[in-house]
Amino acid sequence: MLFRTITKENFRKMVEALMENNEVIGPKWRDRDTEGNKIYRFLKLNTFDELQMDYTRSYSSPKNYFLPFKEDLSTYRLEDKDWEQEIHYTIHPRVIIGMRACDINALLKLDQVLVKSAYPNPHYVARRRNTLIIGLDHEPLEDCFCRSMNSDTAFHGFDLFLTDIGEKYFVAINSDTGYMIVNRFDAREVAEDDQRRYKEVKGRIETKFKTQVDVTIVPELMDLEFESDVWKKWGDKCLSCGSCAMVCPTCYCYGIEEHTNLTFTKATKRRVLYSCNLLDFATVAGGHNFRPEAHIRLKYRYYHQFRGFVEAFNQSLCVGCNRCGKACLAGISPKVVIDDLIETEKR
Amino acid sequence: MKYLGITLERPKIGVFSFTGCEGCQLQIANKEETLKDLFGVVEVVNFREISSEGRDDYEIAFVEGSITTESESARVKKIRKQAGTLVAIGACACLGGVNNLKSRFSLPDVVKEVYGTHPIDTGPVRKVKDVVRVDIELPGCPISKPEFEWLVRHLILGIEPQFLQYSVCVECKQRLNSCVFDMGMMCLGPITRAGCNAVCPRNRLGCWGCRGPAEEANFESLMEILRERGFSEEHIAERMNFFNAFGGIL
Ligand code: SF4
Ligand code: SF4
Ligand code: SF4
Ligand code: SF4
Ligand code: SF4
Repeated sequence: MLFRTITKENFRKMVEALMENNEVIGPKWRDRDTEGNKIYRFLKLNTFDELQMDYTRSYSSPKNYFLPFKEDLSTYRLEDKDWEQEIHYTIHPRVIIGMRACDINALLKLDQVLVKSAYPNPHYVARRRNTLIIGLDHEPLEDCFCRSMNSDTAFHGFDLFLTDIGEKYFVAINSDTGYMIVNRFDAREVAEDDQRRYKEVKGRIETKFKTQVDVTIVPELMDLEFESDVWKKWGDKCLSCGSCAMVCPTCYCYGIEEHTNLTFTKATKRRVLYSCNLLDFATVAGGHNFRPEAHIRLKYRYYHQFRGFVEAFNQSLCVGCNRCGKACLAGISPKVVIDDLIETEKR
Repeated sequence: MKYLGITLERPKIGVFSFTGCEGCQLQIANKEETLKDLFGVVEVVNFREISSEGRDDYEIAFVEGSITTESESARVKKIRKQAGTLVAIGACACLGGVNNLKSRFSLPDVVKEVYGTHPIDTGPVRKVKDVVRVDIELPGCPISKPEFEWLVRHLILGIEPQFLQYSVCVECKQRLNSCVFDMGMMCLGPITRAGCNAVCPRNRLGCWGCRGPAEEANFESLMEILRERGFSEEHIAERMNFFNAFGGIL
């Protein structure tokens, strides 16, 4: 990895230059919560000033820019008995600014399934290749447990990664494209003073991890507590609303729909993201539902995140962003559920 | 009309209005870009909103509005007899809808307040399915045109339509809306059937449940959440009863 610094003024110029030929996505805000805090979300930026480099939390992850909630996989032109299929993998080149380490690690996990598996997902691959990622450090929020999930630092999976050190950004460079871009905006070698300030910032971040989830024994615990009352307790509260999986940076379950137009001359095959918490997701042809109970569905979401993925890839799927916990009106979060399981196991 | 080499029948349809605002009918008649296509795939034989000609040889009847008078009851029974498939469209037809407000007071009081001493044929508000057998319910206040067209395609192909079972929250999150609860407002999205693309939360309004309950909706949990968040019983009741979507849970 190479390191440089770039002044904030030059960073602005860089972003504005990127906006000329790319779709640039970053944290923006529109609404405020009841306490007056801004509610941020990753959206397309039209001007540099819309970009909120001091954003705290984005309620939804930027996953949808790689794995859209709804995506047309192919379209068909229907003619008498024949059809003609059209598939487009290309997207307009994109830049995402402000992704956190956890979100970058989440993409690396999705890559395991969607790029490195026996059947790569070409639409995802195209979006991954055509997206430049500029990460951004931050002080963890009170409920972030990314450190417990080993996802608080990103070593790869980005082009540039920024740390705010005052008038400048300290820039970690991880790709040729990233290197070429910062160099066009007068990136400088790291001076001794920059390095000192970088260490200070990192040191401060270090002290801010508040929430811990003990996941070392979780895969085993999940099996031991398969029949635990804990699932019923939280499952009875669960609204089966799917909000958790929608905002989650790693949930990737989907369904496939086929539609025709009104005159039956064109058709579309569409992928729609789903959640294992949703009743529909376990309904199969003929109407049978093999997971009709909410607490079983809830359990399986946790199983996939904390056990199934470990078995397949030696790591949890969850990166500890707690977006699911924040989105859940019923107060269900990995922290409370896992703590509860551990508590029960002790008894 | 052909689909993959198979010839499809162009069904004869009728659209009928009962007690409601006619907004659902209007949904069918507007959206000019696809109106020509719609009339290409179905033959409209009875639809007052667009033509004064009215024939009684329809195969599919779309019924809008709730049933509130004796004459309406007789008319919908006649429609049921003729139609092979009867589709209730919109919150009024499926749930009783806003009209149901009337059922919360005594009928003589309501009549006196609205019509004075003028004689009037009016009764309690009934869902279409409380009067005749309904084959399909297309929810919403008003119905959504894309969903109506989706249903028409299914009817032509003879495929049973599978409505979304999950709740509005899924679509709301997919549109990256801010949750209105975070902004201090009430929302019935978690227990209401999706399909409207979360238009109300999109516009920073809570959901009022016009599409009726989601399948297996967890009312108890949402009630608990609403109370914990400090919404008053009166406020909750007003919201839950608005479209008569959640009858019996309060
Ligand atoms: S865990 Fe929470 S967010 Fe997820 S489906 Fe259940 S109620 Fe919704
Ligand atoms: S946790 Fe559930 S929704 Fe998320 S990816 Fe796994 S199975 Fe799918
Ligand atoms: S499961 Fe929850 S905490 Fe874990 S990555 Fe998904 S949203 Fe974040
Ligand atoms: S605004 Fe309503 S529909 Fe949207 S996520 Fe919140 S509760 Fe669900
Ligand atoms: S958000 Fe709720 S009230 Fe609004 S259209 Fe959808 S179902 Fe109806």
